[in-house]
Amino acid sequence: MKGRSALRDVVISAIALVVVLAIPLLHRSPAFEDFIIRLSAMALFATSLNLLVGNTGMVSFGHGMFYGFSAYAFALMMQMTDLSLLVAALLAVIITTFAALCVGAICVRLSTDYFAFITLAVQMLFYSVIISWQSLTGGDQGLRGGIPRREIFGFELSSQLHLYQFCAIVAVLGLLALRHITASPFGQTLRMIRDNADRASFLGVVLWRARLWAFTIAGAFAGLGGVLAALFVSGAYPELADWPNSGQAIFAVMLGGINSFLGPVLGAAMLLALNDVVNRFTEYYGLVLGIVILAFALGLRRGVLDFLKFAFPGRAK
Amino acid sequence: MDLTALGACLTTSACVVTQTTSGLIVGMLLFLVAAGLTLIFGVLRIVNFAHGTFYMLGGYVAYSTLGVTDSYTLAVLSGALAMALFGVLFERALISRVYGSNVLMQLLICYAVVLIFDDLVKIVWGPEFHAMGMPPAFQVPPLFIAGGVVPPFYAVLIGIAALIAIALGLGLSLTRFGKTVRAAAINPQMVSALGVNTTLLFAIVFAVGGALAGLAGALAAPVRSLSPGMGFSILIESFIVTVIGGMGSIAGALVSALVIGMVRGFGTIGFPQFTDGLIYIVMIIILLLRPQGLFGRPT
Repeated sequence: MKGRSALRDVVISAIALVVVLAIPLLHRSPAFEDFIIRLSAMALFATSLNLLVGNTGMVSFGHGMFYGFSAYAFALMMQMTDLSLLVAALLAVIITTFAALCVGAICVRLSTDYFAFITLAVQMLFYSVIISWQSLTGGDQGLRGGIPRREIFGFELSSQLHLYQFCAIVAVLGLLALRHITASPFGQTLRMIRDNADRASFLGVVLWRARLWAFTIAGAFAGLGGVLAALFVSGAYPELADWPNSGQAIFAVMLGGINSFLGPVLGAAMLLALNDVVNRFTEYYGLVLGIVILAFALGLRRGVLDFLKFAFPGRAK
Repeated sequence: MDLTALGACLTTSACVVTQTTSGLIVGMLLFLVAAGLTLIFGVLRIVNFAHGTFYMLGGYVAYSTLGVTDSYTLAVLSGALAMALFGVLFERALISRVYGSNVLMQLLICYAVVLIFDDLVKIVWGPEFHAMGMPPAFQVPPLFIAGGVVPPFYAVLIGIAALIAIALGLGLSLTRFGKTVRAAAINPQMVSALGVNTTLLFAIVFAVGGALAGLAGALAAPVRSLSPGMGFSILIESFIVTVIGGMGSIAGALVSALVIGMVRGFGTIGFPQFTDGLIYIVMIIILLLRPQGLFGRPT
């Protein structure tokens, strides 16, 4: 595999960012801006999950817990303290990273299936804590009352345009960082573990340590996505940490393709777009989504980008 | 958290009997669903995330049959039979296409089925809750055992589920077919090489699993209300039961279903807000200490 040029990645993301930031200057569309804001949170969430699923071969069913944890941590700090948005966001991500380290320390030693179950169980435990600790989290009503002091680096986040710009920048920077990690020797090690854990172990890779790092990093970026989600919904809701949300991330990863870096981003965009379009025409969203998923699982048998690689092998590497 | 209430309950026989009965009901229904789940996993290594849908459809089919025939026996039988058929169709049309492929693909297909049928149920039966009501023969004053309230219908339900548990256990350990199933759980290639039609075997296993879940749904319909999405919660719980008991172990499913039932029965008094949390804590501890579950074979 030839070395990835980090410069190329930076150029591509800079172009993407410029395009996204230029669109509102030409045409304002609240629906589109909403979509990009939600997509930036979801894209970080799904891509971070793919660091585990696609790169390391660790299927986590509980990734939503870090998304929700960070959203709650951020929203609570903004409501209960006088910290600025930047400090609260950074602290939320750091706390979430630490939480991921702790959860990972318990979970990563278990083999594939059991790893999936225990991450699900820990997530559901966290969800029950949110539901039952009403005095802190507002229980099943969620954390309401909005997020005050929405101002960072001159962005006035109560304006939709500023929130749009801010989310786009954060998401692109976050994805670039994840891209860098994926392409690094550490990322290569993770793929080696995925392909043949025994051999990686023989070569001197300490499996649990590499997996724990991957789990912690993935949790950190899911936390970053959670902060964006909290900004978008102006609070935090238990649904963010519930298991269907983890399921959404898994589908985004699967729909887009687990072996392509941008697969989860595409998958998240497809899922959100499908959601918006279908909800406009019918209340039976699940029926349509189910049929689409079946078509993918039985027809393509892989995500879109992976399918393109498979169908046009010459161009992909 | 209300430990004094729990203590008070544990020292009065009336409360113990009432809560034990409700725990047994939860546990036995859960066992019926989890037994199918664990059987399917044991033989096919498929985690059937659509199992809750079988349970839900079983309840709805029973509800409609009752409306047409006015017979509870027929309602329960039709729920079970319809789900046996549905299980076979599901296995042949969808799951058999992804044998041996990625776990995520199986998960995806099952989840698609869950989504589709939740909405189909909404279209056919409407989004509102349905109540089936108890059979008229059981609309009598409850029994009082040691001061605790035990509706006769509950006692019958527990009895039926216990009978099925025994039949399933004996069938698996004594009959020729049961032995083949257990052999296939250990080494399907060898069983196939010895001339057993494993395609048929797999379909039958799905039929049995489906029938058990449909039966549970039909039996539960008079005591719980029917709603689209009722499959979700039972799925998660029966999933926990199979993990705690050991994936593939019927005995394990029975023991852990009863444990979970009791935690539910008494947990609602001691920890009304955190009963679910208790169950997840139990699951995490078991997974850490004994990942293969209480009765599971180490892999």
